[in-house]
Amino acid sequence: MRIMYIVTSSQPMRGPTPALMEAMGKLADREIKAGRMLDTGGLMPVSMGAQVKITDGKLSVVDGPFVETKEMIGGYAIFELRDKQEAVASAKEFMQLHLDHMPGWEGTCEVRLFATPGVDGACQVDAHAHA
Amino acid sequence: MTAADARRTILAVWRIEQPRLITSLSRMLRDVPLAEDLTQEALLAALEVWPATGVPDKPGAWLMASAKRRALDYLRRRSMLARKHQMLARDMEQEQQAMPDPDADLDDDIGDELLRLIFTACHPHLSREARAALALKMICGLTTDEIARAFLLPEATIAQRIVRAKRTLRESGLAYETPRGEELSERLASVLEVVYLIFNEGYTAARGEEWLRPQLCNDALRMGRVLTSIAPRESEAHGLLALMELNASRTAARTDAAGEPILLMDQNRGLWDQLQIRRGMLALARSRELGSIGGFYALQAAIVACHARASTPGETDWPRISELYAELASLVRSPIIELNRAVAVGMAEGPAAALPIVDRLSDEPALKAYHLLPSVRGDLLQKLGRLDEARAAFELAADLAGNKRERELLKRRATEAVRAP
Repeated sequence: MRIMYIVTSSQPMRGPTPALMEAMGKLADREIKAGRMLDTGGLMPVSMGAQVKITDGKLSVVDGPFVETKEMIGGYAIFELRDKQEAVASAKEFMQLHLDHMPGWEGTCEVRLFATPGVDGACQVDAHAHA
Repeated sequence: MTAADARRTILAVWRIEQPRLITSLSRMLRDVPLAEDLTQEALLAALEVWPATGVPDKPGAWLMASAKRRALDYLRRRSMLARKHQMLARDMEQEQQAMPDPDADLDDDIGDELLRLIFTACHPHLSREARAALALKMICGLTTDEIARAFLLPEATIAQRIVRAKRTLRESGLAYETPRGEELSERLASVLEVVYLIFNEGYTAARGEEWLRPQLCNDALRMGRVLTSIAPRESEAHGLLALMELNASRTAARTDAAGEPILLMDQNRGLWDQLQIRRGMLALARSRELGSIGGFYALQAAIVACHARASTPGETDWPRISELYAELASLVRSPIIELNRAVAVGMAEGPAAALPIVDRLSDEPALKAYHLLPSVRGDLLQKLGRLDEARAAFELAADLAGNKRERELLKRRATEAVRAP
């Protein structure tokens, strides 16, 4: 099953420590070589992006920074894994590195399952097939 | 947490850590099958202890310590006979007692050792079935029970296969050797064959079957990605990876809601997995860069890539596909490849060019009972307006078809061939 990890933190943006960068680099290297990691990327600060919104039936474009943003998404990774247990085990290993190498940091690694119609019986999003 | 949940959690951790455990132990012991035995013991220990204590914060370090302890015990027992082992064991013990570095396990580049592991598991002295079972166990970390369920065989059969294969390796002195240079390329064929066998075993599994079966595709893909990262200069390894990624990209589109197969030309291309297609294309490009455009797997991947590139069936580059089939046919003489070539030629140049190819195959013993031969022939004849002959061909094809749905489809085509086109 395909998994997306999204790392969020409500703390003010600060870059990872060199030790954490190094440890994450090694982990990523191992995961690529093991054939589990398909894609990964870090995201620039939210202030550099934009938001295209619909409110009250109107479309608007807002450039960053955004006052109301509470959670920052720092990066993502896409993995191909066997089951949710493997996904959680992998996320714990990744977060443990933060605990070891960036004391004081708090954040969340969200583990999201891709919706894949018909595969692994993961979920039935093929509603259009019945339409 | 239920006992079953705990077991699944432990097995998940195990699959992540297992390659490093087995490679470290085989380096210590210079014996791959023995290393496998001892890492299995470490897994059993975890299955016994962790449900009570919980999974440790650094499960990899726990498993590694447990596996190394077993290896040291083994070496110590043997060291009664050989002093050098004693010294080796002492060195390692000291090394282990030193301050543990939390990321030491991430530091090891296990590439070479992993390559040795894969080549040992897929040794040409072993049968294909034994190679497949050993590879899934030693490289993907599957349990014997999981392998048995994936191959729809009794667990005892797989267990016996693995035990016998390991004994063969040990007895023939193949327990610890790494092919290099030219030998590596030669031996690689044996590895790729096994990976492709595992992939196809999963690819042909029907929806709703035991979920471990389709999962074999992912196990094979993983092995393919491992191979291309530790043997990055082997063009055919990239070719096979490309072929598998591109074929797997169609998984969601291959069956309808009832689980019936949908032919490639009728598939909803919007369901093709673009991330996987991109990865397949990259692997194919890499394979080309490394020189072989004409390898067995790279050629097949190039054919599948033509389909992947076409966003509608009408955009398919049939002339290119028929060229690629011609190359493939000159590489491997196979009536099935020739029949596929005929289909491509029919699409590229028209039915008149394809019919002679199909007719040349009519005496082929391997295709005597193969319904697709008369089916393809019927299609070409129909397009040429030779309706009586087309009907006879479709009727013959319907008689040969093993699958009810296909039989019905062919019978319908036989009836339709009567009417004016």
